[in-house]
Amino acid sequence: MTSQTPSNPAPAREPGILTQSISNFGKGLIDGVNTLGGLMMMLADVARWSVRRPFRMANLFAQLDFVGVGSIFIVSLTGTFTGMVFALQTSEAFALFDAESLVGPTVALTLSRELAAVFSALMVTMRAGSAMCTELGTMRVTEQVDALETMAVNPVQYLLVPRVLAGLLMVPALTMLFLTTGMVGAYLIAVGTLGISPGTFISRTQQWLVPADIYEGLSKGAVFGLSVALICCYKGFNASGGAKGVGQATTEAMVSSALSIFILDFILGIIWH
Amino acid sequence: MAAPESTSRGPGPGTSATPMIEIVDLHKTFGETKVLTGINLKVPAGSTCVILGGSGSGKTVLMKHMIGLLKPDSGKVIIDGEDIVPMGARQLQQVRNKFGMVFQAAALFDSMTVFENVAFPLREHTKDPEDVIHQKVRARLDLMGLKPEVEGKFPSDLSGGMRKRVGLARATILGPKIVLYDEPTTGLDPITTDYVDEMILAAQKGLGVTSVVISHDIASAFNVADQIAFLSKGVIVENGPPDQLRESQHPAVKVFLQTWFGKN
Repeated sequence: MTSQTPSNPAPAREPGILTQSISNFGKGLIDGVNTLGGLMMMLADVARWSVRRPFRMANLFAQLDFVGVGSIFIVSLTGTFTGMVFALQTSEAFALFDAESLVGPTVALTLSRELAAVFSALMVTMRAGSAMCTELGTMRVTEQVDALETMAVNPVQYLLVPRVLAGLLMVPALTMLFLTTGMVGAYLIAVGTLGISPGTFISRTQQWLVPADIYEGLSKGAVFGLSVALICCYKGFNASGGAKGVGQATTEAMVSSALSIFILDFILGIIWH
Repeated sequence: MAAPESTSRGPGPGTSATPMIEIVDLHKTFGETKVLTGINLKVPAGSTCVILGGSGSGKTVLMKHMIGLLKPDSGKVIIDGEDIVPMGARQLQQVRNKFGMVFQAAALFDSMTVFENVAFPLREHTKDPEDVIHQKVRARLDLMGLKPEVEGKFPSDLSGGMRKRVGLARATILGPKIVLYDEPTTGLDPITTDYVDEMILAAQKGLGVTSVVISHDIASAFNVADQIAFLSKGVIVENGPPDQLRESQHPAVKVFLQTWFGKN
């Protein structure tokens, strides 16, 4: 035994708050770029496999049913209440300068250009997107995706193409449903409660609402649907780490999907106007 | 299923000693971790090769390379005379038709019934009418000792052993040339373990398939293997018939085998 004891190494310095913040920002940025790259590659894969045989129509219709038909009730309900609330709030403001006749067009323009697509996509994210992510994540961590591959079945074609196409096709359809039910809700409040005449409500709406407003909402719905389905599929398909990993992937999918809807809404708004 | 008459087996009749699977200088790294560092292995057609090794030794990673689920950093994976490493997704799909794989936890599709799981490869890769599919599925489930009432059950309603049997039925229903087993006896009781061993032997003898079994179950390995490759720290340190492994002087093999033979 030696009489000398080795000197303890100096403890590592704790990084400062600024260093830590820059480090976290950098890490977040790299993760974000990685995810964006992964999403673009997945989109390319989905596009490539969607035009290759065999066309899996049964899987596609099952997803159209799940994403679209399954969301009819919740989208109709939120659409009706959104239209009702919007009519109620705008009528108070317009009453200040005797312009209640503008309630119809205001609700119509807001719903058709913005709210119908955004709210429909949010509803689909919560109802169908979370289920997509969880199902794919569970299939990934229990090796069901690997099993598909070993049976010479391409998982992108079998699992992802129907889901992404369903998002792309059904969210615009749900956007139209939201707009329709929203206008019904607004009409009920404006005509039934606020005393605006039916003729005024309908004629002023017809006067202000043009097809381009509808097209704007439809195009937004398609982009949001594609984005939501792609993000939820991507997060689920790349989940790892068992049940906890699937839960984390689903949380990330929900947050990213909601954010993407608002960011894309802004970008598409600039493009359309 | 009948148990084998002899423990000494070789490639079955009608097979040759040509390797069905050949791995040449395979390397694979995940991040900073080197998992496989120069694997060389030949598995003759119609034989059963067990890849033995401790947890984390890279057995499953090696198996996933054999079926193209992972791409190596370098090296060759030659299946039935074709190197699958440079192949794209479509070519790989063709090669995968030669394989069946039994996963550690069976990996049955939990949204499908037992019947639908076993019928899945037939529906995907054949034009058989439904009545023929039904006959084939029934026959295969019979072979695995599964009663007709199991057909309508979902995987979550089955025991571990039953899931393994359904997994093997699904893996072999198209008559593959190669069947890969990922830890087939892990978590099973001794009786079911024996049953799974018999299943592997029956698939080799009855269907003439080449089998690769990933395991750390020494008793099961010595039961079913024509050839045992021992994997340690990313390389195969011993490779040969079971008797050769028993006489191995490699420290890692000796320590591993002592855990079993030391007790028996």
